[in-house]
Amino acid sequence: MTRLRPIVPFAAFVALAIAVQCGTRLTGSEFRLTQLTMSLYYALVVLGLCLLMGYAGQVSLGHGAFFAAGGYTTAVLTTHDFSRHPGGPWGDWLQQAHVFVSHPDLYGNTVLTVAPWAAFIAAMLVTLVLASIIGYPALRLRGHYLAMATLGFGLIVSKMLLGSTTTGAADGINGVPEWRLPFGLVVSGKSPVRVQNYYLACCLVLLALVLLQNLVRSRVGRALLAVREREVAANALGINTAAYKLKVFVLSALLAAVAGVFFTHYTGGIGPSEAGALKSIRYVALAAAGGMANLWGVTGTSLILNYLSLRGAFGSYDNAVFGAILIMIISLAPDGPLKPLGARLARLVPGRPREKAGALPGTADCRERSGSDGAA
Amino acid sequence: MEASDLALQYLLSGITKGSIYAVVAIGFNLIYSATGVLNFAQGEFVMLGGMIAVALGHFVPVPVAVAVAVVTVAIIGCLLELVVFRRLRTHSILHLVIITIGLSILIQEAALHVWDEKVRSLPYFSGSEITSLKILGAAISPQVLWVLGTVAVSVVALHVFLKFSLQGRAMRACSSNPQAAMLAGINIGNMRTLSFGLSAALGALGGCVISPMTMTHYEMGGPLAIKGFAGAILGGLGNPMAAVAGGLLVGVLEAASVSILPAAYNDVTAFVVILLVLFVRPHGLFGKPAGESVREH
Repeated sequence: MTRLRPIVPFAAFVALAIAVQCGTRLTGSEFRLTQLTMSLYYALVVLGLCLLMGYAGQVSLGHGAFFAAGGYTTAVLTTHDFSRHPGGPWGDWLQQAHVFVSHPDLYGNTVLTVAPWAAFIAAMLVTLVLASIIGYPALRLRGHYLAMATLGFGLIVSKMLLGSTTTGAADGINGVPEWRLPFGLVVSGKSPVRVQNYYLACCLVLLALVLLQNLVRSRVGRALLAVREREVAANALGINTAAYKLKVFVLSALLAAVAGVFFTHYTGGIGPSEAGALKSIRYVALAAAGGMANLWGVTGTSLILNYLSLRGAFGSYDNAVFGAILIMIISLAPDGPLKPLGARLARLVPGRPREKAGALPGTADCRERSGSDGAA
Repeated sequence: MEASDLALQYLLSGITKGSIYAVVAIGFNLIYSATGVLNFAQGEFVMLGGMIAVALGHFVPVPVAVAVAVVTVAIIGCLLELVVFRRLRTHSILHLVIITIGLSILIQEAALHVWDEKVRSLPYFSGSEITSLKILGAAISPQVLWVLGTVAVSVVALHVFLKFSLQGRAMRACSSNPQAAMLAGINIGNMRTLSFGLSAALGALGGCVISPMTMTHYEMGGPLAIKGFAGAILGGLGNPMAAVAGGLLVGVLEAASVSILPAAYNDVTAFVVILLVLFVRPHGLFGKPAGESVREH
């Protein structure tokens, strides 16, 4: 039974996802799934930040830029007509490898664009390079200085997107084609595929959760916690803090970019506001409101708040309500709203007493293992 | 116009904008020194100052309107500390910073609903939009002199206050070592309130003098907070005079960029330079790296 314990939250997530879909089907309000799918993608970004801020203790006010880096790379490559510059001798080869696909456009002309899968790979590479370029020197910065550097980076990206005609300036890019995945899956916002896209987004979030959960409970996760608590001490223990910080930064940027790519295919376009400081700050705020080093709390909080604001539940007071909720959550429950709730639930269930808050599950056996390593 | 005149013109416009950034950057610094928190609602103080002065300007003479606006915003600043931050002393810095962001959103929305989304402005303090003075070949509006003069006077006054008055010394003691300050009989809580009040008053004054030139708008606070933050970081946190230099530098960078690149990219140049400076000097231009110890404190 105890072995099944870690699976319980994941099973609950799956059950809840299915229940929500059934609920919308029964009440005939499947249109709600569209915004839910979008908030699932946003939750991916916030999860990346949760790893970076909660576990590694680094702040990033520039994650909107990584989301946009992924989204815009995909959008530009899949909508730009390359038939006038087919790439010389490479062109035929690329076309044979299905990197370039030709299809008729709105006016019946044949256009040559990059296939979505290739654009996805390109988007990942672009983000990888960007995150390394900004992450490497930013490692030297701490606290508020790091916040400034990432905020500045985000602003630079958003202003460049706004100022350049390749990226559609203030209009952004529209008409991004759907992305056909294997097994008949299609990433697109059309209503016949709404349900499958919802499940696809759920799967992505679930996958990210499994990966992150395993990561934070591994050796790497404990190293990150050490970096968060006291960097100098972590260094003294032999943890390569610089390498860990850079890797975590890049990983969370990549998560944001994955979300950006899927989001762009799903909504069929992307605008410069996605890279703006407001979005980036919102992601950070959501991660903080979810309890920072609390994967489930962050997922839940960001899903609910983003969904409500995408549905326009607060009308013209959207920002005000968002700000108020933020202040309430952070001042009343700094560990996230789900933690006190979870503690109360745990008290209701009789049986094994829970580990004390703050204690790391499995710290003891980790110490044992390193001890035996030393002996060997 | 000759190239040197043009350069002077850009420099002056950069310094004018930069002086407002400097005011915001000082505000960041005062509160940071007292509490360790970066107050992102700093830009809203500037907006509120301008808005209140404009609203009062319909009934009373401009100097009275400005004075009342500054006092009102200072009281709002003190209230923020008393109502919000005093109660949340156990929260982490990051949480408090995010609360200031939340507060800034709330103040902005409140301003939108109290006033509206229209752009408004105070009348020019002397002359009008078309009056201009010739200084060394550059044409400047008399309001520029008002802005520079007001900011210079308040910066000097602040410096004198911090350096020589009892209250100012107490504030500096709090920022350098809160526990020792408390043992010396300084009421730390009140010093924090005072730092919020001072920052708010300074911001509001800046908002009033700049209002005739750049107009006052409910959304102006966010970008100002970002630029002020940039100025404070560029100078190095913890030193109000370095913040002045940082703020002015950000303004001049922006103006210099407009003369070379399309206007859409003016922030880009400023932030690229800031990033480069930070990568070379991680604690800002005038900041000192703080030593870090391994022991728990």
